[in-house]
Amino acid sequence: MIEARRLSKRYGKTLAVDDLSFDVRPGQVTGFLGPNGSGKSTTMRVIMGLDLPTGGQATINGRPYRGLPWPLHEVGALLEAKAIHPGRSARNHLLMLAQTHGIGRKRVDEVLELVGLAEVASRRAGKFSLGMSQRLGIAAALLGDPSVLLFDEPVNGLDPEGILWVRTLLRHLAGEGRTVFVSSHLMSEMALTADHVVVIGRGRLIADTPVSELVSRSSHHFVRVRTPDRERLEPALRSAGAELATEADGVVTVTGLTADAIGDLAAEHGVRLHELTPLQASLEEAFMDLTRDHIEFRGHGVAPASDPASDAEAQAVAQ
Amino acid sequence: MTAGTLPGVPGVPGVPAGHYGPLGQLRSEWTKLRTVRSTVWSLVATVLAVVGIGAIATAVTAAHWKNGGFVDRFDFDPTARSLAGVFLGQIVIGVIGVLVMSAEYGTGTIRATLSAIPNRPLVLACKAVVFAVVALVASEILTFGAFFLGQQLLKGSTPYATIGQPGVLRAVLGAGLVLTVLGLLALGLATIIRHTAGALAAYVGLLLVVPLILQAFPESVQHDLIKYMPLVIGEHMAAVLPGTHDFGGGPLLSPWTGFGFLCGYAAVALVVGGILMARRDA
Repeated sequence: MIEARRLSKRYGKTLAVDDLSFDVRPGQVTGFLGPNGSGKSTTMRVIMGLDLPTGGQATINGRPYRGLPWPLHEVGALLEAKAIHPGRSARNHLLMLAQTHGIGRKRVDEVLELVGLAEVASRRAGKFSLGMSQRLGIAAALLGDPSVLLFDEPVNGLDPEGILWVRTLLRHLAGEGRTVFVSSHLMSEMALTADHVVVIGRGRLIADTPVSELVSRSSHHFVRVRTPDRERLEPALRSAGAELATEADGVVTVTGLTADAIGDLAAEHGVRLHELTPLQASLEEAFMDLTRDHIEFRGHGVAPASDPASDAEAQAVAQ
Repeated sequence: MTAGTLPGVPGVPGVPAGHYGPLGQLRSEWTKLRTVRSTVWSLVATVLAVVGIGAIATAVTAAHWKNGGFVDRFDFDPTARSLAGVFLGQIVIGVIGVLVMSAEYGTGTIRATLSAIPNRPLVLACKAVVFAVVALVASEILTFGAFFLGQQLLKGSTPYATIGQPGVLRAVLGAGLVLTVLGLLALGLATIIRHTAGALAAYVGLLLVVPLILQAFPESVQHDLIKYMPLVIGEHMAAVLPGTHDFGGGPLLSPWTGFGFLCGYAAVALVVGGILMARRDA
């Protein structure tokens, strides 16, 4: 169990984390979502006791990190994959961590086996690919068999097989009753892995909700309709409460009515339909909707259409 | 590379009784030190270089002794001559002391270290103890090796020293102690500065540049301050004859008083480093 209470962290003039409160519960995978630069890594470093919060506090199993009697037996973390001395072998990197807690060599070999690095364990970590470094970081996190696990962007740099492996591992760990907290900037990845998400933008909490709810709450359902009898169908749809957006070639995008209802309405009025396609905004779009006003760095000229107010705000931030 | 299958991971474990402590951290620091090739090789290279320079210095002296002037012979200190390489050793031990700490910050390993042991002063203390033991062993091998080889080369051509003569054991043992404490000073500076280049500059500056800056001051000030310089303290410790140093005149501290000051400098650097380490973000 991780509890963050009114957490804030300031670096000079930048407020990286702003009054953030949330719980990460055992037995499920909790995704930590936010655009790049939104404060995910900072929050994780504060939870791990590496950075001191400017305000508020974070606890693990009820205690601040620095108060844990055996940190590696309670928390395991993968924060940066490449944070390893390049001249040290994978086995020795794990060994020096294991020795702090009196963990034996047998467990070191066990986690190397678990992450698939047993064969390259004696090789210097500087020669590892990003994917191998990620696996070594995961091995380090699992070393003390902890009940709480934090992973910062664990699938970065992994091939599809590796991504699938991480997903399976995270679900497996949560299934054992552990607390699993995993950050990502990819909503679609989280939709496949997480049960619950904590979404932040510019260091502030945007949503703390089950994944299913987030998807249904913020996604747009709409229906694409193509008909040669637009002039008769449109008034009927409007009077049924739908909102219409007319496109070229007789295509109408309808929000507020299901495809079934539109089909029934068309039959009632004797309207011919050439196309009736229910569409759903993607998860990425749902995520963009949520975080649109909270993105710190956005490329200009390729920004998605949005209301002028938030564009002005983005401009102001950029200056 | 294939992903390992998940073995029967035990259920969510309980946390063992007790608390992490210095014993585990000392073992961990020893592992860190011996598992990086650069540290091991720089130590070996230091020993070879210092002993080698001592051998060259003594061999040259032995060869030219007959042609030398009276003054050269008058203040000839065979012990100091055989320890001529210690000066280079002071630079290299500083580099190793800096790297032991700055490599943790440079590579990011410090975050893994501090995740395992959040008590930062304890981490620094264990690191300093392990480094000090290794540095002391290497330094004493180096000074005794240089002394015995050097005297062997002088024997027959010039006066030479034996370890039993007054002040000789102090000079040889003391030179190794000075090297160790200088290494700790460097480790402390690296804890404060956290960057390899910056810490090296500070260490070399303290050792070599500060005495040069002193020469710009009036002679009375020079005479008052030069005896506190680490380089002068080290040079004085490694000599048997109470003699001269390369930075003008002025009275010197006794070897052990000077060594006490040197320990003080290292202690200040380590304590300041420890306080900063505990307060700063890793």
